Amino acid sequence: MERNKAKGWLYLLPAILFLGFFMVYPLIDVFVYSFEEGYNFASQTYQGTGIYNFSYVLHDTYFLQAVKNTFLMVVITVPLSTGIALLISVGLSSIKPLRRLFQTVYFLPYVTNTLAVGLVFMILFKKTEYSDGLVNLLIHWFGGESVDFITGPYWAKMFVLCFYIIWVVMPFKILLLTSALLSVNQSYYNAAKVDGTSGARIFRKITLPMISPTIFYLVITGFIGAFKEYSDAVALFGTDLNAAGMNTIVGYVYDMLYGDSGGYPSYASAAAILLFIIVLTITCINLLVSKKHTTYV
Amino acid sequence: MKVVLQNLTKKFPNRNKKAGGEVVAVDDFSFEIPDGKLVGLLGPSGCGKSTTLFMICGLQKPTSGKIFFGEDDVTDLPPENRGVGVVFQNYALYPHLTVKQNITFPLENLKGADKLTKQEMSDKAYEAARLVQIEELMDRKPNELSGGQQQRVAIARAMVKMPKVLLLDEPLSNLDARLRLQTREEIRRIQRETGITTVFVTHDQEEAMSISDVIVVMKDGEVQQIGKPQDVYDDPVNLFVAKFLGTPPINLFDGTVRDQTLYIGEDAVLPAPGVADQEVDVGIRPEGFLLGDDGALCCALTGVEVMGRDISVVSTHEHAQSKTIRSIINAENKVDADAQKVRFSLKPNKVLLFEKQTGKRLCLQ
Repeated sequence: MERNKAKGWLYLLPAILFLGFFMVYPLIDVFVYSFEEGYNFASQTYQGTGIYNFSYVLHDTYFLQAVKNTFLMVVITVPLSTGIALLISVGLSSIKPLRRLFQTVYFLPYVTNTLAVGLVFMILFKKTEYSDGLVNLLIHWFGGESVDFITGPYWAKMFVLCFYIIWVVMPFKILLLTSALLSVNQSYYNAAKVDGTSGARIFRKITLPMISPTIFYLVITGFIGAFKEYSDAVALFGTDLNAAGMNTIVGYVYDMLYGDSGGYPSYASAAAILLFIIVLTITCINLLVSKKHTTYV
Repeated sequence: MKVVLQNLTKKFPNRNKKAGGEVVAVDDFSFEIPDGKLVGLLGPSGCGKSTTLFMICGLQKPTSGKIFFGEDDVTDLPPENRGVGVVFQNYALYPHLTVKQNITFPLENLKGADKLTKQEMSDKAYEAARLVQIEELMDRKPNELSGGQQQRVAIARAMVKMPKVLLLDEPLSNLDARLRLQTREEIRRIQRETGITTVFVTHDQEEAMSISDVIVVMKDGEVQQIGKPQDVYDDPVNLFVAKFLGTPPINLFDGTVRDQTLYIGEDAVLPAPGVADQEVDVGIRPEGFLLGDDGALCCALTGVEVMGRDISVVSTHEHAQSKTIRSIINAENKVDADAQKVRFSLKPNKVLLFEKQTGKRLCLQ
């Protein structure tokens, strides 16, 4: 028995070491940094300990802007992307011919490089001296005023960002949802059909509960992913997100460390801890809600 | 409500697209299911029995032919307008709903004038639950029930709308042996109590024989024989039916008919009046053997299994088509297990002759 225990630990060792060095230790370190005021990388010194870093970050307008942007994005993209993905998946699983083709088409964004996609979105939305972008052309067509989506008003930028994020995260959701839909046993539908259940009721009372574990998995990971949003914003608006007014929390952390105004590991750590607390809270709420509404079969 | 199947045919496109063509699942099936009877559709897997059931309930449309419930042509009606209750092979109980919610599910679909109040639904659910004796399980989820209990819930759900026809797809195949016995009697009892015309599908001949009023033996989409279980057992029309019914299965021998006499090897075992001289397959039911020192059939004894009421004598014969011959003999007979040989005489009505080529039954006169 003792021998087996030792063996078990031995097998676990590589994973424990790896996770310890690269996950747990940095996490604790960040936590420590966040309470050390005025930490300096080069000299490895700090002036004192306290909650000043948090107070600074919470009063920084850039951080508050980043929090607002992030929350807005989360609230818009998570429900929309999951909802649209569900619609498309239901559509996909109800057709037989060409299903494979469509599945591939919908999955393409997943394997496409974020920055390449960003470039395409630029072409679609960006206003330059030579063209107003494809979308503006369309707006003109319908007699609208052209809008500068990349450097224009806040709502336009937010629209493009959300559009972009939804488009990028959708493939994975469609993939999981289609397989979840296909794994629902046909005999449930047969039973419902024999009882004269309407299509809407079948969807609400049978399909949705049966795929609810997948939906909640997607919602929870969707929330976490959206809170950690950064690269998509960079792909659209460039690295100076503060100037564009489109920074995210992770972007703020990055800027505090390495950006033009960077070099403040203490502030960055404090912001990172704040983000951690936000994500933790939201995930716990999610789990509590999902427990009530999910059936695991 | 009697159910009439008229020249029912179902073809599926071949799954192997390269081979093309169609697979005929059910071929020209005509049959009248009398009102209030329990009918067993019996056959090996892939014989089209489930397809027939699904056509009766309306989940599959026949390629040609017609289905009547009473005098009404229901061939083109969707399942919900036929008034059928179906119990699926895996029960298809909704796992996220309680037993009660499962049973009331069909009632909640009723619209317009048929719409029921909550109280009426509850009453009907309890009525159905009482019929299958699961009233105390109403608040459980399906995964908290045993296989037998799930089966009952499925039956209750199928019965709650008081269907005109009850259809059961392999109702016992997911149960263990003991529950199977119990449940099949249960099905019989429920069917008797309600008088509902019931069709069930099974590949287990014992199951079909034991509770059906009428059995329909199918093979490769074609009906082989329809009749009362005992009649079909005693009087099979062909070798397939004879082989398919009965446990232990019928013993087969290569035989010859010469001069109105049946020979197995060189032993003349029985007179065979009215049969032309030819090679035949001889089927002998296990209960068709009688011990006797002057018996015509001499077999090499390999073992004796005592089962209390009966004994089962296992022996071999060079002209048998299977490795061993199994005969069931009243336990009052004593068999010396150490003997090398055993001699049997045969009960004429338990010996069946079949044409070598077609497998058709050859009847003695």
